[in-house]
Amino acid sequence: MKPSIAVEELMTSGHQACQGCGATLTMRYALKGLGKETVVVLPACCWTVLSGAAPRCSIGVPLLHAPFAAAAAAASGVKAGLVARGEVNTTVMAWAGDGGTYDIGIQALSGAADRNEDIIYCCYDNEAYMNTGIQRSGGTPRGAWTMTTPGKLGSERPKKDLDAIMEAHSIPYIATATPAYPEDMVRKFAKAKTIKGFRFIHVLSPCPPGWKYDTDDTVRLSRLAVQTGMFALYEIENGRFKLNMNPAKRKPVGEYLKPQGRFRGLKPEAETTIQAEVDARWTAYAERAARA
Amino acid sequence: MKKVLMGNHAATLGAVLARVQVVAAYPITPATQVVELIAEMVAKGEFPGQFMRVESEHSAMAALLGAATAGARTFTATSSQGLAYMHELLHWVSGARLPVVMVDVNRALAAPWNLWTDQTDSLSQRDTGWMQTYCATNQEVLDTVLMSYKISERLLLPSMVLLDGFTLSHVYEPVDVPDQKAVDAFLPPFKPQTFLDTKNPGAFGSLETPKPYFRIRRRLALDMQRAEAVVEEVGAEFERAFGRGYGAIESYRSADAEVSLVCSGAVGSTAKQAIDELRAEGHNAGLLRFRLFRPFPATALKRMTRPGMKLAVVDRNYSPGHQGIFCEEIKASLYGTKNAPEVYGFVAGLGGGDITVELLKEIWHEVKAKTADPVEPLWMEEAR
Amino acid sequence: MPRLKDEPLSTPVVTPASRPMSENKTGDWRSVAPRIDAEKCTGCLLCWKYCPEACVDISGEVPVVDMHYCKGCGICAIECPSHCIHMTESSEVAA
Repeated sequence: MKPSIAVEELMTSGHQACQGCGATLTMRYALKGLGKETVVVLPACCWTVLSGAAPRCSIGVPLLHAPFAAAAAAASGVKAGLVARGEVNTTVMAWAGDGGTYDIGIQALSGAADRNEDIIYCCYDNEAYMNTGIQRSGGTPRGAWTMTTPGKLGSERPKKDLDAIMEAHSIPYIATATPAYPEDMVRKFAKAKTIKGFRFIHVLSPCPPGWKYDTDDTVRLSRLAVQTGMFALYEIENGRFKLNMNPAKRKPVGEYLKPQGRFRGLKPEAETTIQAEVDARWTAYAERAARA
Repeated sequence: MKKVLMGNHAATLGAVLARVQVVAAYPITPATQVVELIAEMVAKGEFPGQFMRVESEHSAMAALLGAATAGARTFTATSSQGLAYMHELLHWVSGARLPVVMVDVNRALAAPWNLWTDQTDSLSQRDTGWMQTYCATNQEVLDTVLMSYKISERLLLPSMVLLDGFTLSHVYEPVDVPDQKAVDAFLPPFKPQTFLDTKNPGAFGSLETPKPYFRIRRRLALDMQRAEAVVEEVGAEFERAFGRGYGAIESYRSADAEVSLVCSGAVGSTAKQAIDELRAEGHNAGLLRFRLFRPFPATALKRMTRPGMKLAVVDRNYSPGHQGIFCEEIKASLYGTKNAPEVYGFVAGLGGGDITVELLKEIWHEVKAKTADPVEPLWMEEAR
Repeated sequence: MPRLKDEPLSTPVVTPASRPMSENKTGDWRSVAPRIDAEKCTGCLLCWKYCPEACVDISGEVPVVDMHYCKGCGICAIECPSHCIHMTESSEVAA
């Protein structure tokens, strides 16, 4: 059978990721979509470790490590520097976790998007500060256990609506993706490469130790997130909304939540709330898709 | 070509003549005009580089981290709170051995709010691995920006060029602006040894374990050690090219001085007047004006001091729990030197207080009359 | 006394990290290993596609997992639509 995604690997084996890491699948697909003419900028996050300690590197493209809060700013500077040197066709990508995007990195992210910097910003979202041992972030969903929300109710605040925040910046391209759909993800990175201006790609990246599930469930949970409607796959190109996948009948959210130990304490009422939130979100998506 | 320029604009013209390629900056009083002039030049099509209106000073230095690693010549300007906000990036840029040049307009740090000149902002960054040079005139500001690019790129160490907020940044002085051709001959384009290159991929800033980290810091120390000599070298090269020479420390009538005032920044000009008056009154007065502070110019200091000499160090800054910073560093540098000069510290002018000719003469007399304290600095308040 | 001996100034100041991460063999992490039943394999390539270690070789008729790197996560086994991959006790040292 002919491979449906590029065969060349720009991410090597031998990295130190946990077994079943969603973030490595994400990087693997992203680089297949972008190719060699890419520079990656990494703030503090799991990928700081996964990219390798000196003298080794696990990706075959140039990489700049940057401070935690500064991914988008450093990436903006890299692009400016490359253009100054005449390298106008190199894609610069800031690659940050949810911590470096939703919270500590949001100022630089907003600033770069506001300036419509010619970079790709990918947030691989494992929904907590995983690199420091599973603490709550602005991307942690309602009810999830983390080391800083260890109480019976888990995280009591809803997940910050990052995509809506990015939409408010008038940027040319926003897309969501998740590792269970590699062709979709590779296509989106390849498409982003051809667009000028600020491109934001939000990837739901399951994490076995953080979400507390068996390592082999990463792709299955990523798929269930989409099938239950907990995570939607869409693109917004110059304000035009396009749903990439619209499950005819969404699976109940419980199918996605139950295999994850971080939701073990979830009460039935909480699950009902979550289901209602998902249903409401999808009503809005349907209305928006119809208007587009 | 002679132009009447405010200090901030002298800084800008220095960077533009240096053919800076990427400028990323955030406004803050009293540094704002440095960058506003660049924006004006961009609008007129007079600035060919990239200008990024970043959303904070932390992001400004992060952007320059990126641009410099990509191989571009970079520049920014800030002051007090802004400099403090980019603190972690200062460590990062020097650790990454990037020759970024930045102008810091000295201003007091809050709390409480204070907008006026005070050197504590830049001096409290003295451990970040940046070279620091303090300027007394707008001519010196422009010249020092040009020299800093050459020095920084030779050593792969970033440089800070300092000028007093308002009392230099906003003061108009005649400045001889060199022509572009002469600057190009003095300062060739930046040729980085390593940079982000898709044809030769590698990772910058990756984790290092203790042993290699220690060696990396040792290499930084070695390059800082030879930096003072490079500053003197480049100062001499500048003199050959433009007719104006600069060293690590400026000595004014101090060769045979009994007591020398020691200071830095714009008050250096005031101090020269004080010295002239003291001399006219029959006193053996001199001045040592520090330009270079990092690396600490130990060689120049030893060369310019003699046994039996007394130093009256005037610090427009203070390190809580210790002393005025120039004073404590001078004392530390001279420790162990046989027959080292006596050093007396004075703290004055914090938060923009006026350091007048009268005040400087009073300080000089305190040392001459042996009423100054060799250990604790004397705090000298403005007369008004 | 361990005094640091300085390297010559001709040594580059900055050396970007560029040795391949594949020098690091992670095969000893696993406690179970995937066994692919060649007879049942349809060549769909999903095991290759979903491997977080990028250690499945698809140059031949049947995918071959590189045991130097396989961490035994089990994604390939659970995703295989023909159910021809089984995670078994891995007591052998990486091949």
